[in-house]
Amino acid sequence: MSNKFTNGLLKRSPWHIKESEVTPEEIFKDRRSIIKALGFGAVGAVGATIPSVANADIFSLFGKDKPAKKFATAPLPFTKQTNYAGAEIVTPYSKVTTHNNFYEFGTSKKAPAENSQEFQVDPWTLVIDGEVDRPLTLGLDDFTKLMDIEQRTYRMRCVEAWSMVIPWLGFPLATLLKRAGVNSKGKYVAFETLHDPEQMPGQSNRFMGGGIHYPYVEGLTIEEAMNDLTFMAVGLYDKTLPPQNGAPIRLVVPWKYGFKSIKSVVRIRVTSQRPPTSWNQLGPSEYGFYANVNPAVDHPRWSQASERRIAEGGLFSATRIKTLPFNGYGDQVADLYRGLDLTKNF
Amino acid sequence: MRITNKHVFWLKALMHVVAILPIIYLVLAVLGDEAGGDPVQYIIHYTGIGALNTFLITLCISPIAKKFKQGALIQTRRLIGLYVFAYATLHLMAFISLDLLFEWTLFFQETVKRPYIVVGTVAYLLLLALSVTSLNAVRRKMGKRWQQLHNSVYLVAVLVPIHFFWSVKSEIIEPSIYIAVAALLLFFRKSQIQRIFKRK
Repeated sequence: MSNKFTNGLLKRSPWHIKESEVTPEEIFKDRRSIIKALGFGAVGAVGATIPSVANADIFSLFGKDKPAKKFATAPLPFTKQTNYAGAEIVTPYSKVTTHNNFYEFGTSKKAPAENSQEFQVDPWTLVIDGEVDRPLTLGLDDFTKLMDIEQRTYRMRCVEAWSMVIPWLGFPLATLLKRAGVNSKGKYVAFETLHDPEQMPGQSNRFMGGGIHYPYVEGLTIEEAMNDLTFMAVGLYDKTLPPQNGAPIRLVVPWKYGFKSIKSVVRIRVTSQRPPTSWNQLGPSEYGFYANVNPAVDHPRWSQASERRIAEGGLFSATRIKTLPFNGYGDQVADLYRGLDLTKNF
Repeated sequence: MRITNKHVFWLKALMHVVAILPIIYLVLAVLGDEAGGDPVQYIIHYTGIGALNTFLITLCISPIAKKFKQGALIQTRRLIGLYVFAYATLHLMAFISLDLLFEWTLFFQETVKRPYIVVGTVAYLLLLALSVTSLNAVRRKMGKRWQQLHNSVYLVAVLVPIHFFWSVKSEIIEPSIYIAVAALLLFFRKSQIQRIFKRK
């Protein structure tokens, strides 16, 4: 006797749950901790009496939004650890990876984490060329094999007036540029994100991509690029980067607004002329080339004097703190701008 | 078929459900970690769009009632209008509590300084005035002035889409669509609006 009905009955007992239907433990724990963090202790207490799978299902009501696959990050060992954020509380991994601006994967804060999980980073090619003596072409493995990986904890200040404290893994950009040997004509460094509309839906769909002209480009002066704080990140906490945070390699410039810290970089070109930069092209009156964190110069539509710090805890546990000039890194970088009118060169 | 008072009762009940469901969804999404790691911007945007959508629905009622000769429909306008106010209140509260974290000086500074917040605040104050005067007793007391005040709903229809357009960082397709829809709904009332200006 073999028909669809009995096959189904015989092969699967009603209490059997397919592997794909079970919420992975880490996601489940994350959810629970966030519910707790939100201060909805009562919900958590009720939830605790419900069998765990049923509980997970309640919160999978919106399952369609959940990525079916999760991008695989790998543990990344590091040799050195430096904290550039003092005693400030580090933003939890779950928040750093679910609150992102990466318009290539959609403009809402949660879209990058949802739409990027199948992003391919292997193979990856990063070209360093332009005004250099020895142009370089690096593959995915080279980032971790050729470079000493260190952990740097930096404040990250978004131009939208929120901020985080993030432990990055990577190496100073200067190390890479010294390998390539910048020649005397090199005055600026231009960066470019991968252009792959197949993988990055925002690049082919204007509605989803926020009207940015892709590929996303950024730039620094050569002095800024050679400053020790300027960092190429390949990891987050103790793992390789997930796509929503700019896998496999991104820039981190902690004294500038977050949009300068370009993600998923495929090209670093040393130039003699100032390169175009994406947000400056889109709104030159609102986003300058320098984009240094500066509480004294407001964005035309909102104040930059303070910021909402995203740390541990729930919705109401955030704090509003004063924004510091150069995001608190003035001692290391203020010299770069001596004699420059920062209200005009914002 | 003519819509009767009994129909209106059920229609109103349905409207309550439809208006409240998105709030339940929002609460569940935030609780279930479906609104992102830091859902503040999500909540502000969600409630703002909720207010705008509901507002455009109220503006549709009169043209529909006229076109299909269903005068009873007009009775549902106040209910939906009050939900516009409710969503707008949630939107403003989310901004003050979750984003500004009750920094009142910052709120007042921003309200004075930033054109898009000024526009939003003026629209909110008008909605507040329309809501408190929506009681029948107040309406009777106000007489002729009631209609004059409630004509300002057309001003809100101009202000709110501008507030949205002005507030976005880059993508202007969605706010542009809202401006177009609001303009169309105002166009349906061309003669009515012309009359308001002539009287003055």
